[in-house]
Amino acid sequence: MKPFDYARAASPPEAVAAVAGNPAAAFLAGGTNLVDHMKLGIAAPEQLVDISHLPLDKIEGTDDGGLRLGATVPNSDLAAHPLVRQRYPVLSQALLSGASGQLRNAATTGGNLLQRTRCIYFQDVTTPCNKRNPGSGCSALEGYTRYHAILGASMDCVAVHPSDMAVAMAALNARVEILGPSGDRSVGLHSFHRLPQDQPQRDTVLEHGELITAVVLPPLPEGTRSAYRKVRDRASYAFALVSVAAVLRLEEPTETDDGDGPASPPKIAEVRLALGGVAHKPWRATFAEEALRGQPATEEKFRRAIDAELQHAVPLPDNAFKVTMVRNTVVSVLRELCGVDQSSGGAGTPASGGEDRP
Amino acid sequence: MQISMSVNGNEVTRDIEPRVLLVHFIREELGLTGTHWGCDTSNCGTCVVLMDGQPVKSCTVLAAMADGHEIRTVEGLASNGALDPVQQGFMEEHGLQCGFCTPGMMLTARALLDKNPHPDDGEIRQAISGQICRCTGYATIVRSVQWAANHPVGSAATGDAADPSEAEEVTA
Ligand SMILES: Cc1cc2nc3c(=O)[nH]c(=O)nc-3n(C[C@H](O)[C@H](O)[C@H](O)COP(=O)(O)OP(=O)(O)OC[C@H]3O[C@@H](n4cnc5c(N)ncnc54)[C@H](O)[C@@H]3O)c2cc1C
Ligand code: SF4
Ligand code: FES
Ligand code: FES
Repeated sequence: MKPFDYARAASPPEAVAAVAGNPAAAFLAGGTNLVDHMKLGIAAPEQLVDISHLPLDKIEGTDDGGLRLGATVPNSDLAAHPLVRQRYPVLSQALLSGASGQLRNAATTGGNLLQRTRCIYFQDVTTPCNKRNPGSGCSALEGYTRYHAILGASMDCVAVHPSDMAVAMAALNARVEILGPSGDRSVGLHSFHRLPQDQPQRDTVLEHGELITAVVLPPLPEGTRSAYRKVRDRASYAFALVSVAAVLRLEEPTETDDGDGPASPPKIAEVRLALGGVAHKPWRATFAEEALRGQPATEEKFRRAIDAELQHAVPLPDNAFKVTMVRNTVVSVLRELCGVDQSSGGAGTPASGGEDRP
Repeated sequence: MQISMSVNGNEVTRDIEPRVLLVHFIREELGLTGTHWGCDTSNCGTCVVLMDGQPVKSCTVLAAMADGHEIRTVEGLASNGALDPVQQGFMEEHGLQCGFCTPGMMLTARALLDKNPHPDDGEIRQAISGQICRCTGYATIVRSVQWAANHPVGSAATGDAADPSEAEEVTA
């Protein structure tokens, strides 16, 4: 590792001033991504501003009934928090499906959002990579693409964002609270991460020196259900090939059924779907959402809706399987959330559960 | 820069470079070589130590980040010459073969049992997920932790077999 200076910030504004004032400075939270990158030579900050002791480690209710998650709350604590488990199970499940306990004890809310891609060429400093070294080319385009994007990629970068937590937060319409040198601002999680376009070196809209202080989850209407499903090469301790976060509310059943014959399926009042492992950012499947709103909760509708999204997919030579995997996982998660009879569908359920086990 | 922390209950203060990793600080500065160093990329888990009671991978923690914190390593498991039940369990149930993963496994087991004295096998497997053992196939590790759960500190069955020379073997 290259030598660097280390200091602990005494307050959020002091941390911001320290990093904003030095183009070669970086915030340090749990270090599970940044320290790795410094060892690999991917990052070489000259000054680390440790923010892990700042008072940003609280989980608090908001006035409207939502939850504010401090930027330095460890992933373990966030996943275990009773209000998160009770109101936002999708988030708890996503966190528990990521990394492993020893890492989640160190990793933080802010650091998790800003973790960088696991593209093997990005991590290998001997190969060209536009994200690590803008203008050098993309090794993945000529290389092994099993783990790369099928949606929203560009000719400059086909990497995917690796976070599970962020996918759940995208489905929850979370907002990222940011403190910068000239004040604070808040950005919807969906607009926080970027598509690569011709600037793959920029993962997010965050500017140098801007500090994430919290992520805010809006309240969910009564009766909302949510779930996270992650599909990976082994049942634990692996990044997602594909993951699905779904947040959904069914309409109250009406009294018009005459009682004879099979009851008509309930209608979907509201649904939000976010996909992981498929794009440079958590991918909100807005075409699928639109196709589902107001529709009866049947497997056929689920399939048509996700197909409306996947018609925009552009798979790479080694990852066409992700299209099928997304389709089947989405259908399976929706079926589970809506209580649609498994036997009537017959679709495969390729997903593994949320727990990590060796 | 100068840092101070408590390691196995002893206050230590050292002058270090900010880039020194906690695992190297423990092994080289403090000479506590029970903590192993393997992949150096937070993957294998052999470097796990407890920081404020929680298992963390010490190869991705800077020693500077641990300033002011409490660290416990495998050398801090035995007390007054008596093995921790976890150590005893690894002996009784053959929880190790080459021993490379063992220090990290035992510390995670200790932290688990402190939180959850009677875990089921699934909970044990979940706790040690992220720590790789290439020898045992994990089954004997799970049994070792169960042995420790069934013989908590202070119970008659622990300690009586605690021969300090065996302790050396398990923790070295
Ligand atoms: C072996 C392994 C397996 C993993 N598996 C998974 C997985 O399956 N799923 C998954 O989602 N993740 C996984 N991870 C990644 C892990 O979740 C991240 O490393 C972690 O969340 C990063 O958080 P941190 O606090 O340690 O960040 P750090 O490493 O401290 O920081 C990461 C980046 O964020 C910046 N930063 C941190 N906090 C702030 C802030 N508040 N404001 C502004 N900038 C900030 C830092 O400057 C740095 O650039 C895995 C990691 C490892 C090592
Ligand atoms: S896909 Fe992106 S991160 Fe991977 S090599 Fe290409 S430019 Fe780099
Ligand atoms: S040496 Fe730290 S995880 Fe392998
Ligand atoms: S005993 Fe050899 S790696 Fe676990």
